[in-house]
Amino acid sequence: MNQLFKRLEDSFGLTAESPRKPDQYFCTVDANKLVACITHLRDNEGFTILTLLTAVDWIEDGKFQLTYLLNNPATKTDLGVRIFIERDNTSMQSIHHLWGHAATFQRELKEMFGIDFPGSPRVDEPFLLEGWDDIPPMRREFDTKKYAEETYFPRPGRETNDPAQYMKQKLYPDE
Amino acid sequence: MNNTHDHNPEKTHQKFLAPENMPRTVIGPDGEEIHIDPLNDYFCSERPKVHEPANNKIIEKFMNWARAESLWVLGFGTGCGSIEIPPLLSPRFDAFRYGVAMRPTPRQSSVLIISGYLAVKTLKRAIRSYEQMQNPKFVIALGSCTINGGMYWDSYNTINRLDHYLPVDIYIAGCMPRPEAILAGFDQLKKRIKEGRAEGANEYARNFDWYKSNQKKIIKDWNMPDYNW
Repeated sequence: MNQLFKRLEDSFGLTAESPRKPDQYFCTVDANKLVACITHLRDNEGFTILTLLTAVDWIEDGKFQLTYLLNNPATKTDLGVRIFIERDNTSMQSIHHLWGHAATFQRELKEMFGIDFPGSPRVDEPFLLEGWDDIPPMRREFDTKKYAEETYFPRPGRETNDPAQYMKQKLYPDE
Repeated sequence: MNNTHDHNPEKTHQKFLAPENMPRTVIGPDGEEIHIDPLNDYFCSERPKVHEPANNKIIEKFMNWARAESLWVLGFGTGCGSIEIPPLLSPRFDAFRYGVAMRPTPRQSSVLIISGYLAVKTLKRAIRSYEQMQNPKFVIALGSCTINGGMYWDSYNTINRLDHYLPVDIYIAGCMPRPEAILAGFDQLKKRIKEGRAEGANEYARNFDWYKSNQKKIIKDWNMPDYNW
């Protein structure tokens, strides 16, 4: 794997991370070189399966992190290719021409995070949230609890105790 | 058919309509033009009616006995509770000895089991299924998710209280209730029906506007008639 990373370093601006497991590796590439990079990995390096495509919201940095998890069935290794893209009005190149099922992942990311993938099939149709009119619910500025309390008629009487506070009150009532 | 519930375009959100429900013009075999508006032509727009009990006490008692002893369940599973239903019909628990049988379509069944959490998308289908069932019909709510939201109480897409959207006759608490608990729940439902207290369908008809306003509050792409026959 290290040889592979070395070969890709110059052409795709790749930064490798230390491996998590013997068969699991992660690396970060430039966002604009991503499609070329995973096309190369698929066609020439044997990473023929796209296992998943998912996003992480780094709201403090103003970035979305996309992870394209690829699998090499011959050597049984996973490779996660990461990119960082801007958080606001963001869009990313679609990879549905490489793997057909990527369109489903991209449709979900459009709905849950608001990341646009222009040209991806049916990317603008509602997927899980029919008729959703708020900001995408997996973005971290979306307050799930507040939304649920305003929308779904919470049943009164539900109380939760903070365990630390509760035990303190119970064991040391005078303090 | 009364037309008080007529569907005007703004009200039913024309933009959400499924392609098969769009108004369209078809050319007939003789060249005549036929205008089709599926929402008005294919569905009955009449509201549900309240069915009062029979005047004769003996007849009502007999009918309630008959209703209670053949509970046909619609095979509609939502959430994790639908895993508990198949063992219910297996030889170990054998719900059929209580007259509980599964049916494939809403028209044939009298019990709707909401088996666990309901996403908004599923709630829409559950409402359609419930309204297509014929009286007498009963709703069993399974698990804590239908009571107060359970572990999904602060989720953005699952409802908290089922009784705001469908009239619930029996709650079975637990997460998830075992098949024994579901059998006990059926037993309770039978008792209620025999006492003449399982009046969920009538309650739905009486408070129809309240239920509809609650449903429409969360189902924002309402693209079906108000009452689906």
